[in-house]
Amino acid sequence: MEKPVIIGVGMVPVGEHWRVSLRDMAVEALLNAMEDAGIDKVDSLYVGNMASGSFIEQENLGALIADWAGLGNIPAVKVEAACGSGGAAVQEGAKAVMSGLEDVVAVVGVEKMTDAWPSDATRFLGYAADAEWELFHGASFVALNALIMRLYMKTYGYTEEDLAHFAVNAHRNGAKNPYAMFKKEIKLETVLNSPYVADPIKLFDAAPMCDGAAAVIITSKEKAKELGVPKEGMVELAGFWRAIDTINLANREDFLTLKAAKVAAEKAYKMAGVTAKDIDFFEVHDAFTVMAALSLEALGVAEKGKGAMLAKEGQIAIDGDYPIQTMGGLKARGHPVGATGVYQTVEAVLQLRGEAPEGIQVPDAEVGLTQNIGGTGSNITVNILRRV
Amino acid sequence: MGKPMQVARHWRHFEEKYALIGGKCENGHLMFPYREICPVCGSRNVEKHKFSGKGKVVSWTIVRNPPSGFEYYKPYPLALVQLEEGPVVLAQLTDVEPEEIDFGMEVEMVTRKVREFDEDGIILYAYKFRPVLKPQKE
Ligand SMILES: [Zn+2]
Repeated sequence: MEKPVIIGVGMVPVGEHWRVSLRDMAVEALLNAMEDAGIDKVDSLYVGNMASGSFIEQENLGALIADWAGLGNIPAVKVEAACGSGGAAVQEGAKAVMSGLEDVVAVVGVEKMTDAWPSDATRFLGYAADAEWELFHGASFVALNALIMRLYMKTYGYTEEDLAHFAVNAHRNGAKNPYAMFKKEIKLETVLNSPYVADPIKLFDAAPMCDGAAAVIITSKEKAKELGVPKEGMVELAGFWRAIDTINLANREDFLTLKAAKVAAEKAYKMAGVTAKDIDFFEVHDAFTVMAALSLEALGVAEKGKGAMLAKEGQIAIDGDYPIQTMGGLKARGHPVGATGVYQTVEAVLQLRGEAPEGIQVPDAEVGLTQNIGGTGSNITVNILRRV
Repeated sequence: MGKPMQVARHWRHFEEKYALIGGKCENGHLMFPYREICPVCGSRNVEKHKFSGKGKVVSWTIVRNPPSGFEYYKPYPLALVQLEEGPVVLAQLTDVEPEEIDFGMEVEMVTRKVREFDEDGIILYAYKFRPVLKPQKE
């Protein structure tokens, strides 16, 4: 089956956007992507969003955003897979194009988190866990990841410092990305001296609460040519899949394996006809440092238990063997939950077009992988993008 | 958020939350919480099964920035507890100092207040786990 291509990308800087609303951000990112693609209309819209109903008391985002972007009476829906909503929305857009039913599809990921009180926001993020068996007991999302981090450190003999390298790497790259929330390098001590949120997770092991929107335009190669898009303007969505795991962490067979990522990656690699070795850079879901380690293991980049070694040894830097979080990752770029997967996609496209900011461009990048986690690993998307 | 009119919702889980009653399928797979379909073998023949309430700490954390509704209790310890019969449950630990908690610590189930809603709201009780009480040595 003919693989779809991304012909336009757009985003707004991630941050605490007190002056703008969810719809403002989404429309801006969307129009940026349409302008980048050189088009003024689309056949349909897919919105990646996790919890707009909770954060801003607004659902029905398909209608809201398509209406305010002046897209006319097109099909438009919200796609929800917790913090993995953005990556999933990109896949739904790609499937629509591949089905032949829709020619030119827009995907926008958006989340407005800062309109809520922090403790309420913590509760809303907890909705991605199992309400009856996790949130009921006072489990915040950070707490669930902390249970995983403590077990990871104990099982493989890592320290908090070992994992902190992931945050340092993310900030080093994010410092050069104008769209990142934290454009500032940090030292290991910054991470280690930050206060505990849920031991052993400290403030600097975790991605921030923030607002943001990113968008991509997806179409077929044939249609792209028809629209006059040059070859350099196309990035192929070469392989993609997603899978679920138990929603309740306690019910998982192995707390230290992201089974859903493993399943999704195997399928995506096969569809793209590549292996982990062929990937030039990875945008993994480092909402917490330990998740970056587990992701590298599930994606076949590191053996089980060795993910954190790659950070310790510096192999995850731009000039390392396995660059990750090239534009700051969730930790430094920011993690506007339902938008994150689309940001990752936009960043991968910029890398593959050779348009990444100076200092964080991966030289001659041909293939990139994005991995977007919903829940504590319960709903994971893997997308593989390739230069046409 | 946190409106108290959720009586039925919590009443549905009294057996699990007060008595640690889960499930056992026809092939002997144990599960907590109870569900109609065995997650291991897919059997739809699942019976209620009462767990002993004894277990060991697999991992734990101290929740310092809780979700709204739990502020009153902070900081509180939360753990994955492996029941002696096998399944793992997530629960708060109680009657213990954070520094006393360790991997493999033996714990037992007790019933405690988990959350209280606003003034006229309901009060939720459920299982928590405490270190196994041992007779004090002279
Ligand atoms: Zn069974």
